[in-house]
Amino acid sequence: MTAPLIEGRDLVLSFGNERVLDQVSLAIHPGEIITLIGPNGAGKSTLVKTLLGLQKADSGEVVRKRGLTIGYVPQKLAIDQVLPMTVKRFLSLTRSVSRADCEGVLAQVGAGHVIDAQMSQLSGGETQRVMLARTLLLRPHLLVLDEPTQGVDVSGQAELYRLIDEIRRELDCAVLMISHDLHLVMAKTDQVVCFNRHVCCSGIPETVRQHPEYRSLFGVREADAIGIYHHEHDHEHDLSGHVVGGCGHDHSHDHAHHHHADDHAHDHNNAVKEGAGTNQ
Amino acid sequence: MMDDFLFRAVLGGVLLAIVCGPFGAFIVWRRMAFFGDMLAHTALLGVALGLLIGVDVRIGMIATCLAAALILAYGQRQSRIGSDTVLGMLAHSTLALGMVALAFVQGVAVDLMAYLFGDILAVNTGDILLLAVGGAFALGILAWMWRPLLALTVSPEIAAAESIPVERLRLIFMLLMALVIGMAIKIVGVLLITALLIVPAASARFFARTPEQMAIGAGLFGAASVLAGLSLSWHVDTPAGPSIVISAAAIFVASGIVMSAKRHFAGS
Repeated sequence: MTAPLIEGRDLVLSFGNERVLDQVSLAIHPGEIITLIGPNGAGKSTLVKTLLGLQKADSGEVVRKRGLTIGYVPQKLAIDQVLPMTVKRFLSLTRSVSRADCEGVLAQVGAGHVIDAQMSQLSGGETQRVMLARTLLLRPHLLVLDEPTQGVDVSGQAELYRLIDEIRRELDCAVLMISHDLHLVMAKTDQVVCFNRHVCCSGIPETVRQHPEYRSLFGVREADAIGIYHHEHDHEHDLSGHVVGGCGHDHSHDHAHHHHADDHAHDHNNAVKEGAGTNQ
Repeated sequence: MMDDFLFRAVLGGVLLAIVCGPFGAFIVWRRMAFFGDMLAHTALLGVALGLLIGVDVRIGMIATCLAAALILAYGQRQSRIGSDTVLGMLAHSTLALGMVALAFVQGVAVDLMAYLFGDILAVNTGDILLLAVGGAFALGILAWMWRPLLALTVSPEIAAAESIPVERLRLIFMLLMALVIGMAIKIVGVLLITALLIVPAASARFFARTPEQMAIGAGLFGAASVLAGLSLSWHVDTPAGPSIVISAAAIFVASGIVMSAKRHFAGS
């Protein structure tokens, strides 16, 4: 495989006594779609901030490919009322863009009518569309989406995911998507990474659902309610690269025992403890 | 005919207001009003140190403001003590230290009121030169980093994702603010400088649709406040610095009334 666009190696980060990132390694290659799932307080946003260079890790390193352009879409962008900002001006946030170009990308995301509106007056769905329009102008190699449908109603979510997929096709970029619910996670995702302060398990989408760690994180009922996934238990766990010390369990065994989930819940008592100290 | 001292007061005041406009807008957006206040408090220590060491007090004020900004930038990196507490501690201990140090200054009668409330009518040519050069420098740097600084104000994550050096820009902005505040004390004083920064920016918010409109509007409203305050002071013989701040506040209230009336009639 070609060199990764961005790679975190053995990232460790603590806030006080709370270890938020525990030897996390994650690489994103060109064109790859990775979905990062995990409960609230799992440190997903912290991991992303660390990868972006906004949060410095205590140890480990982040390697960013030279000339890499990242388009970042936050879960919700709350532009303060104190800051006057039209949609047009927001699209020129980091580089100047002509009005015609703004109109073009806004039309593409179905938000052509808001070009002169104030950002603070947009609905959640409109804000996300504008954010996506901005990434179209940016033409990034990597799109990072932090729970992009958080502030959007359910019917709007499906539409937004469809749009994200369309944009990804057009830009032909890699995607790192963070989510805490699995219901609408893209079925086309190449790899799901189940994360709770460390990489619990990862694999192609069908594999993660029945993974005991995943089940213990999301609850068995929740896990079963989601039909998209199903875990290939008998596959060789090629996780050694992802899963590192501190998990307190062996990833190389057969995971098909449901009662195991309880053990995991126990093992991870500490880690799952409602994420005090994280920036969620 | 305008008296010389009044001419210098108008020139110095308007210059300062124009410099303060864009900075004030950023202070409002970044919610750094308390930070500005703290920097102003440390300036008094600069006055004392300047007099003790025998350096120009303007240099002393700017130097202590810059030093305080650096200490603060460092202090905000830790999270054990909240940054508002760090600010408060630094502000009041440096103010106290300044007062104590002033007690050691012998032979010079220090007009404390002039530093607390400013003495715009005593502005001399040197002050105006300093303001022109320092102000142009501060505005120039701010203009140069305008877009990235605004981007990180909107969202540090977006800025970081697009390789904007977030930490460095934050530090540069704090240092520029220290420079502006250090230069401003002579004119509006320790207690009023924050008002000159934030009140015109708040007034401009009513009318602005973009950040740039708000920054320019803040400069214009600031200049208008200076002119109104000085004429008030001239005609009614009120203290100049406070008159400027009262004018700024009056402009804010008037702007608010105009805008809500406009909205009211547009809505009905």
